[in-house]
Amino acid sequence: MLKNTGIPTAEELKNVMPPHERLAKGPVAIIECLQDIPCDPCVSACPVHAIQMQSGITDRPQLNFDKCTGCGACVPKCPGLAIFIVNMQHKVAGMATLSLSYELLPIPAKDSEVDALDRSGKFLCRAKVIRVINPPAYDRTAVVTIEVPADRINDIRAIRV
Amino acid sequence: MSRKTEVFIIGGGPAGLSAATVAAELGAQTLLVDDSARLGGQLIKQTHRFFGSSNRDAGIRGITIANKLCEEVKSASDRLTVLENTAAVGFYANKEAGILSQSAYERVSYQAAIVCTGATENSLAFENNDLPGIYGAGGVQTLMNVHGIKPGQKILMVGSGNIGLIVSYQLIQAGVEVVGLVEGMPNIGGYLVHASKIRRLGVPIYTSHTILKALGETGVGGAVLCRVDEKFQAVPNTEFEVNCDCICLAVGLTPLIDLFQQAQCRMVHVGELGGLVPLHDSAMRTTNHDIFVAGDASGIEEATTAMLAGRIAGAKAYESIHGKSVKAEAIVEEAREELRTLRSGSTGDRIRWGRERVLKEAGSC
Repeated sequence: MLKNTGIPTAEELKNVMPPHERLAKGPVAIIECLQDIPCDPCVSACPVHAIQMQSGITDRPQLNFDKCTGCGACVPKCPGLAIFIVNMQHKVAGMATLSLSYELLPIPAKDSEVDALDRSGKFLCRAKVIRVINPPAYDRTAVVTIEVPADRINDIRAIRV
Repeated sequence: MSRKTEVFIIGGGPAGLSAATVAAELGAQTLLVDDSARLGGQLIKQTHRFFGSSNRDAGIRGITIANKLCEEVKSASDRLTVLENTAAVGFYANKEAGILSQSAYERVSYQAAIVCTGATENSLAFENNDLPGIYGAGGVQTLMNVHGIKPGQKILMVGSGNIGLIVSYQLIQAGVEVVGLVEGMPNIGGYLVHASKIRRLGVPIYTSHTILKALGETGVGGAVLCRVDEKFQAVPNTEFEVNCDCICLAVGLTPLIDLFQQAQCRMVHVGELGGLVPLHDSAMRTTNHDIFVAGDASGIEEATTAMLAGRIAGAKAYESIHGKSVKAEAIVEEAREELRTLRSGSTGDRIRWGRERVLKEAGSC
């Protein structure tokens, strides 16, 4: 379990996973924030107000999947690096894209290949970097988008450059 | 030589800087001393983004918050004097204290003092724990994030509170391999998003484990870990070795309270707050009514709550000299409300219990 290992189980993640119908419509955020900690920067980061906290700052963020446009504005704002964008409507057949925060050096270059890792840091496959966003406003948290096999989109959550 | 001030603040971390800005902006002559060369306390080592409310610095890196607090202190400078490399060494009777800089000893005559001395790091008893290469997490952060020096190449982290988790992440950022994180409790102590962050970078988290001994003659060459049962007793035949050249202890903090004891403030032991703390009321005033407290010295918490408590102490110290002020009350009310929300929820349970106990005991004396 998450609280013993640092690795959330599929059961623990069930409520933060977008439904299949939403995934089929294109990019959407997944907020893997499963504990009621006092933190709320994601709420104000969202330009379409899709993220809410019902009972104040220590609530878990609730993402309205239908409102979420998958724009990724919340990704670099999360101090827990716990927000990911998945896009199952990627133009390459059988592939999907995953965007994640990356704060290590070197920042990977666009079109380079990196190791894709699961939630325990285990190597799953190589992945191509298709976009890197690292503007001053992100204050050194780069957002890296990788192209991964669609059937591994729920398992890949980190990269090793 | 001697100095005269209205508000005398000891410690230039998040609590002390916030208290100084508020006291000076409200109109009190304020003197702040800090024993290090650079203001900001532990914030100057915090390269990660802070949790908390986006109204108050959440999502911003600790070092950026330190710079912001220092700017605020500078802009209040006509009423505020800051002495770096200067330690407060003791209180005398008649509202006087002694301060020691690198060149001189001076006396400070004050009307109200706010003591924001922070905390010291706990150690852990295990065989060979005095070998070179065994550090506290604060020491590792100072080496790495202030001076740019790696503490080692392969490090073992002991303790899974937020400090252990965050410093592990900072070590990875600095290019140090974290070979594992050991935690005696069955559950991870800090925020789980921090744990997941290092776990997916491949750091094994050994909950229900402890360190039995450090290996090596002249420096750390490894460590022996083992499982522990629910009574924290080593489980026989579960020992295994890890290879590392450095061990980092992140096993909690204890409030730094010598000055309160010396000023004869009444102390109370509250486990949830890290040990002995000066008894204080909701105005952060101790039983020695000229002395206020804020930050980790009042109970171990974190920087955002330290800043808020510092604001309350600064406003209340000002009022203790100049009388009631609408502006000061507004600052206090706002800070109290923010503290209430930050401490709500299950992760704030222990802090709430500890704080409530202090207030209850303060009310009964």
